Amino acid sequence: MADHAHKLEILRGLIKFKSNTQKIWGVLILLSIVTTVEVVLGIYKPDAFMAHFLGMKILNWVFIILTLVKAYYITWDFMHMRDETKGLRRVVVWTAVFLICYLIFILLQEGGYVFDVYHQEYIKNF
Amino acid sequence: MDNTVVSTGTEGKTWGGGNQPLKASYGKMMMWFFIVSDALTFSGFLAAYGFSRFKFLDSWPIADEVFTHIPFYHEPAPMIYVAFMTFVLIMSSVTMVLAVDAGHEMKKAKVTFYMFLTIIGGLIFVGSQAWEWATFIKGDYGAIQTKGGSILQFGEYVEKDGEQVFKRVALKDFAIAAEHTDRTQHESKNGIWFLSEGTLPSYTVEEVLHGLKENSDILVRTQIINEDGHKTVLSRSESIKQIQDNGKMVVEGANLHVNEYGTPLFADFFFFITGFHGFHVFSGVVINIIIFFNVILGTYEKRKNYEMVEKVGLYWHFVDLVWVFVFTFFYLV
Repeated sequence: MADHAHKLEILRGLIKFKSNTQKIWGVLILLSIVTTVEVVLGIYKPDAFMAHFLGMKILNWVFIILTLVKAYYITWDFMHMRDETKGLRRVVVWTAVFLICYLIFILLQEGGYVFDVYHQEYIKNF
Repeated sequence: MDNTVVSTGTEGKTWGGGNQPLKASYGKMMMWFFIVSDALTFSGFLAAYGFSRFKFLDSWPIADEVFTHIPFYHEPAPMIYVAFMTFVLIMSSVTMVLAVDAGHEMKKAKVTFYMFLTIIGGLIFVGSQAWEWATFIKGDYGAIQTKGGSILQFGEYVEKDGEQVFKRVALKDFAIAAEHTDRTQHESKNGIWFLSEGTLPSYTVEEVLHGLKENSDILVRTQIINEDGHKTVLSRSESIKQIQDNGKMVVEGANLHVNEYGTPLFADFFFFITGFHGFHVFSGVVINIIIFFNVILGTYEKRKNYEMVEKVGLYWHFVDLVWVFVFTFFYLV
C-alpha cells in the first residue's frame, strides 16, 4: 500500500465510503451488528434454528458463518488485505484456508469415530 | 578476461532481479507469514478442542451454564460479559486501524492518541479475561465426581412462569457438615517427608450424601445430554443411589485436574486456549506500548513513515481475529 490508496467499497460496492476513516467506522458498525445478532441468537436460541443440518444444529452453522463474515471484514478492512496485491492475498489466505480445512476434517472425523467406539462398545459411563 | 562482471542479458526482464511482485515491504510480509503460522497454531488448538468435544458429544458441558457471571450482578446472565469483552477488543482494533490511518497522513498527535486508546482497550480485555478465569476457577455450585470420573451436580425443580424448571443448588445450601470430623489441610511443615496435599473441599462425600437424604427436593443431574439438549436429571432414589455407590470426591470450581461443570478436558482447553490467546493480547499490549513510546519520541517522524505502526497493527488485528473464533467455539456453538 505504498501509494496509500484505499479501496473504499464494501459488500461488492453496495456501500461506498468517502474516506478511509469513514470506512473504518462503517466496518465497526457492521461487525457490531453481526456480534449483536450472534449474542441475541445465543441467548434466546430460537426453536427454528434447532433442527439438524449436515450433523450440526442450524444455529451452530449460522454462528460459524457469521464468524467467517467477521473474520473476512477484520482481515480485508482492518488488516488492509483489500488493498494488497492479489499475490499476497492468495499466499496468505489460501495457505491458511487449505491447511485449516484439512486439520478440521481429520480431527473432527476422528473425534466422531472415538465417540462411536465409546457408544457401541462396552465402556462404563459412571 | 578484461571484465569480471558477467552480463546475463536478463537486466530489466522478469528474472533480472529487483522485482517486487507482492508490492509489500519485507517487514510487512514477514508479519503476514508469522500470522499465517500463528493462525495454524490456533487452528490446531481449536480443532483439538473440536476433537474432544466430538469425542464426548453427549456429555460436554453447556457453555451457557458455565459462563454466566457479570461483575457486581448476581443473577445468571450468559453471553453478556463475553459480548462486552468482544466489543472491547473490536473497539481497540478500530482505534488501532485509525492510528495506522493517521500514520499514513503523518499526523503524530493523532497516532499517539489512538495508540493510547488501543493500549487501554487491550488492558481492559486482559483484565476481563483474568476475572473470567478467577470466576471459573472458583466455581459456583460444587459437584461430586464419581469413581469413573463423571460429574454429578445437584438441583431441584422450581416453578418459574408456570413451568417446572430445574434450578441448580449449591453444596453449601444442603450439605450437612458432620461434627468432629473436621480435617485440617495437611501442610508439608507439619508432617514427615514434607508431604502436602491440595486444598480440601468444604465438604466430604458423606456430608453431601447426608444432606441429600435430608432434603427430599434435591435431585442429581448427570453429564449426559438428553434429546431436548438438557442434562439428564435422575429420580430421587436413583440420585441417592448414584452418590452412595459412585461418589468419590467433592469438586468445587475448576482446575487442570477436576472441573465441577463437567469433563476436566473442557477446563483444560479453556485454560490453554484462552490462556494462549490472553498471552498474545498481553504481548500485543507490550509491543503496542513500545511503539507508542517510539511514536512519542518521534522515531517514525524522523523515518518519515509509520509502517512500524502498521506492522504492530497487523498483529493486533490478528489477536482480535483469533478472539472472534474463540468466542464462537467456546461460548456460542
